[in-house]
Amino acid sequence: MNTVGTKKYLFSKEIDSYFEGVYNGYRFTIRFFKEAFTSPFHFREIINQCFEIGLKSLSLITLTGFIVGVVFTKQSRPSLESFGAVSWLPSLMGIAIMRALGPLVTSLICAGKVGSSISAELGSMKVTEQIDAMEVSAINPFKYLVVTRVMATTISIPILSFYCSFIGLIGSYYNVSNEEATSLQVFYHNAFTNISFLDIFSSVTKALVYGFTIGIVSSYKGFFATHGTRGVGKATNQAVILSIFLIFLEEVIIVQIVNWIRYF
Amino acid sequence: MEKDKIQLINPEETVIKIEELYKSFGELEVLKGVDLTVQKGENLAVLGRSGSGKSVLIKILAGLLKPDRGNVTMLGKQLGQLQPKELDELRLRMGFSFQSSALYDGMSVFDNLSFPLTMNIKHLSRKQVNDAVEEALDAVGLIDKIERNPEELSGGQRKRLGIARTLIMKPEIMLYDEPTAGLDPVTCAEINALIVEVQQQYKTSSIIITHDLTCAKNTCERIAMLIDGTFLKIGTFEDVFNTDEEQIKKFFSYNFTL
Repeated sequence: MNTVGTKKYLFSKEIDSYFEGVYNGYRFTIRFFKEAFTSPFHFREIINQCFEIGLKSLSLITLTGFIVGVVFTKQSRPSLESFGAVSWLPSLMGIAIMRALGPLVTSLICAGKVGSSISAELGSMKVTEQIDAMEVSAINPFKYLVVTRVMATTISIPILSFYCSFIGLIGSYYNVSNEEATSLQVFYHNAFTNISFLDIFSSVTKALVYGFTIGIVSSYKGFFATHGTRGVGKATNQAVILSIFLIFLEEVIIVQIVNWIRYF
Repeated sequence: MEKDKIQLINPEETVIKIEELYKSFGELEVLKGVDLTVQKGENLAVLGRSGSGKSVLIKILAGLLKPDRGNVTMLGKQLGQLQPKELDELRLRMGFSFQSSALYDGMSVFDNLSFPLTMNIKHLSRKQVNDAVEEALDAVGLIDKIERNPEELSGGQRKRLGIARTLIMKPEIMLYDEPTAGLDPVTCAEINALIVEVQQQYKTSSIIITHDLTCAKNTCERIAMLIDGTFLKIGTFEDVFNTDEEQIKKFFSYNFTL
């Protein structure tokens, strides 16, 4: 047992607070599932939040998705050319974008844009006692603020992910059509030829998991923000970093599981 | 006004009863065995220096913090024994005016008031909501600000709006946390008058947490002096002011001359 000042720690202040954070995050997630499936349900607020998240991210996702499509196609062309396999470019892009790039790019953008916004908003509400004000007005702030936002990110990010994939393929077609005469129809036919149901399923699963992660991490960090405006800044920063870290971790795990199913 | 205030109080009916209340944060003991009762219709001020545990006490009364030991009974219900749903039902019978006003920035003045109403009472018609909002805003003199946003209001107006938001649920108990903190003397006097007006119009019983002696003197029938986590003296303003207790005399000497 270590002692710092008058407070006693099991290991050290940092290690103890890390495990405390993990445990609190776990309890927060369990509470989400308990609250999400009991009445009252704030459907209107969920729709409002979906609209907010979708609209906020749409322009950035359009631009980024298009650029990813163009750049990835441009980068892949020389390698395929050296094998005389340029005709496989649409197929390669279809697989790359649908399986990995669409959900990943969308979730990384949303972790930055939507996650920081949720965390900052809830953090500000916490430090200005607005969350306490809801509680004393007999309104469950967890249900109204957290459940609605987590639901909204879990619903919106898969939709945005498909949109990003679609725009990415348009970017890819733009690059392909500049180099050789290909119609959009043929390009899309080739792009989707090698995409299986498992690819679509894994893409949706990834986007759902990433959306949930962004929502829960950002809400958790914002909901427990302390120490005034500085604390809100810190919570926002931690929400983005932790969301991105967890998204990559989940990517590795989901890819492993999908590959295992694919070759089973 | 004094006569009216005394008529409102029913000494037979206790609406808030605090018994042997303790609260610590880590090794810091904030409340060390607090006892207090508030009668129906009474306004009671809890006076004390910053950090004396006043805000902790009011947050325990609102159910925002849990005490380590002791009982709080409000409107006949013991707080520690209530299920979340019962606590919410009790909360609908009390209003809490925050020091920071705690207005929802994302909402207009109208929405700030209609939000607790529509979230707690389903199937209200638009007219019923409009009427309730207008009545509450009228009571605090902000009817002309109905379409504004909270950030467009002055400090005093924000305090009034915070009070109006609690009045919309027609509370039986009002809890004010530093209602005059950070306001100029004229606005302080207006808020003090509003607190008395709320007591008379809505027949509320109140606990007012403050370190503003003028506010305590002008709005309350009794004062409770919270020093070092315990009530050193409870009585009328004159009783407390004329006490021989050294710490209370020191507190008054820095702040006030009758």
